[in-house]
Amino acid sequence: MTRKQRRLVLIGSAVGVLAVAVALMLNAFRGSIAFFASPTDVVAKHIGPGTRIRLGGLVKTGSLVRADGLRIRFEVTDGKSEIPVQYDGVLPDLFREGQGVVAEGTLDRSGTFDADMILAKHDATYMPKEVVDALKRSGHWKDEYEQRASLPNTGANK
Amino acid sequence: MIPELGHYALILALGVALVQGTMPIVGARSNDRLLMSMAVPAALAQFALIAIAFLALTECYVTSDFSVFNVYENSNTTMPLIYRLTSVWGNHEGSMMLWVSILVFFGALVAIFGGNLPMALKANALGVQAWIAAAFELFILTTSNPFLRIANPPFEGRDLNPILQDPGLAFHPPMLYLGYVGFSITFSFAIAALLEGRIDAAWARWVRPWVLVAWMCLTLGIAGGSYWSYYELGWGGFWFWDPVENASLMPWLAGTALLHSAVVMEKREALKVWTVLLAILAFSLSLMGTFLVRSGVLTSVHAFATDPSRGVFILGILIVFIGGALSLYAWRAPLLKQGGLFAPISREGALVFNNLFLVTACATVLIGTLYPLALDALTKEKISVGPPFFDATFGPLFIPLMIAMPFGPLMGWKRGDLVGAAQRLLAAAMLAAVAMAAAFAVERGGPVLAPFGIGIAVFVMAGAVTDIVERTMVLRLPLRAAASRAIGLPRSAWGTAFAHFGIGVTLLGIVSVTAWGSEHLAEIKRGGSIDIAKYRVTFDGILNRNGSNYQDLVGHFTVHRGTELIGTMEPSRRTFPDRGMATTEAALMSRGVSQLYLSIGDPNKDGSLPVRLYFKPYVLLIWLGALFMFFGGALSLSDRRLRVGAPRPAKARPVKPALQPAE
Repeated sequence: MTRKQRRLVLIGSAVGVLAVAVALMLNAFRGSIAFFASPTDVVAKHIGPGTRIRLGGLVKTGSLVRADGLRIRFEVTDGKSEIPVQYDGVLPDLFREGQGVVAEGTLDRSGTFDADMILAKHDATYMPKEVVDALKRSGHWKDEYEQRASLPNTGANK
Repeated sequence: MIPELGHYALILALGVALVQGTMPIVGARSNDRLLMSMAVPAALAQFALIAIAFLALTECYVTSDFSVFNVYENSNTTMPLIYRLTSVWGNHEGSMMLWVSILVFFGALVAIFGGNLPMALKANALGVQAWIAAAFELFILTTSNPFLRIANPPFEGRDLNPILQDPGLAFHPPMLYLGYVGFSITFSFAIAALLEGRIDAAWARWVRPWVLVAWMCLTLGIAGGSYWSYYELGWGGFWFWDPVENASLMPWLAGTALLHSAVVMEKREALKVWTVLLAILAFSLSLMGTFLVRSGVLTSVHAFATDPSRGVFILGILIVFIGGALSLYAWRAPLLKQGGLFAPISREGALVFNNLFLVTACATVLIGTLYPLALDALTKEKISVGPPFFDATFGPLFIPLMIAMPFGPLMGWKRGDLVGAAQRLLAAAMLAAVAMAAAFAVERGGPVLAPFGIGIAVFVMAGAVTDIVERTMVLRLPLRAAASRAIGLPRSAWGTAFAHFGIGVTLLGIVSVTAWGSEHLAEIKRGGSIDIAKYRVTFDGILNRNGSNYQDLVGHFTVHRGTELIGTMEPSRRTFPDRGMATTEAALMSRGVSQLYLSIGDPNKDGSLPVRLYFKPYVLLIWLGALFMFFGGALSLSDRRLRVGAPRPAKARPVKPALQPAE
């Protein structure tokens, strides 16, 4: 083979692998992506049953119910709308009423959100960014969420 | 006093870095030996100053000096000393200090051990290294100063994030940073070569040990992080395709590709331009990982604090270094002469195949990680790209790579013999087929693809053994002769075999856990029990236990196999009053390389306890494989030709007579 032919083989196989990779990605993007939605989005955009989404907001205070077995029910709110959520399993360590949460799953026909994954904050002073943005949009963001992270009455200076 | 000393040393280090970043490079351009020779003392001074700053910060933590804001925020007098030490880097500011410390440590190593480097190359490389150091020192000083004081010091600190109060913190970040930052050396060498417009096989020989060190540390760092999240987060998962994990996986993939292409360059002077590009990419991806993790654009356990000015600053560093390096590459790379020719079927060809698939896989991970960010920035639409995406793209790309892996080392340079290699791999392939059949036979309800995964894993492992068997001719020669051949083999050949074997081991663990792991969620009353795999786990009761800065609510469980008592498990809920946080401390019981994994939730009012019980078959293989890879890397590193910088004596390469007739 000449140098030119070898280069052609090389470039040809590189393009081939890339094409396969792009095909795989496009295929995967169709089936495995979850859009983030706040409860208001769910209502406003008429997200239908079966569509996989990430529902984010605050766990409504007083809404947490432990049903029989490991079934857990609570409501996610952004101050305007609420969506009932059910989840089978053990909740993450930092799951609390009145605090931020992201649930991934699908809506069923009755309008209840069937979560198969629950993410809560990793830290007492930290809230998922999607939830922060959603709360800011719905006008229910309180500055105290941010201030909680700062010092009580001491100022930091050099 | 101590914090101010550290702060001052940090500022001085920035000054030295600016000198080190200009004078030697100017010297290299004008061929001024005096200016070039400034690089070494400057790199050493830089290291000394940063060491002072880092030790000063450590001292503040050890003595619990809460007048330092950073210490107040992340430490507490009740924490054991080991966590007070590790919390130095268990926060944003301190972790950046660790980053810079490792960076200048590597710079000092180049300065000390680079005696046989050409003067201009060394001056340029250390100069580039200094620019990176200067950028990060400036970043720390302007946006993330760990030495800030509080006017009215409080009596007690706020404690470290409980998730980080774990021995894993002592190990995972430093290892990961050694890996990330190790690639800065190869980056600097690549830029130095571009500045000079000259590159040869010797360059690859100088660079390869650094690639190896970085790759080894990154391998262990990723594996360590994976094991940490496995036992600490209480979900029993070892890999979540979390963007932060991806941020460490991408440099690993690029680094693995670099490791292999550097071999081609060293042996055959081919793929020069490509190797330089990979060296730039590996470090660029490391930088991007730092940006993604530290800027707060991602939500993760690693995002310590979200301060927009930091994100913008790191983004600036990113743009300058990656953009600058790639522009320089576009401008200067055509100057680098093309190297040796090779046929597509050859050792070089196999390594190109490896590079092609690794880089493509890396690109899919990159797109999957950045796409949600780009979409959010452009359309405000928020999406998450989760495990299904990566399973559907990364997996199929890795399968051909795994199948091809055993062939590579069996091919000759320049022109290989695919049929011959296939014949020699026949035994390995048959073993793989047997394993696959066995997996099919014993499988109960697992995914259909799992036996194929087992088959591929066994093929990779057996292929690595085949390579050594063929090289030592242990099956054809008397044992004594084979043993002397084994000793005579270059250590890098053993290293290759071990690392490849490790990949197979890891794959075996991943496949068996994913396919045959079982999970049991239940609410369990006192005296109740759960059966899983061949084990019976019985709940005996709850007890309370106090730690130094936490309270444990411990569930006491006994484990039986048949009628035989094999041990107790004590998972707990750990509450940290200073932060008002709780963590799940899972209990693990190893049975061979399989594990029982038990974690508990908060007890219900009626006294029952929600539990998660997993059986993880062969799970430890995942991390054991990483140890094999590390060991293989270490063997390669000790290879004579890497220790001795001088060109290798013209010794005959490992011969495989009789089987490979000259074509």
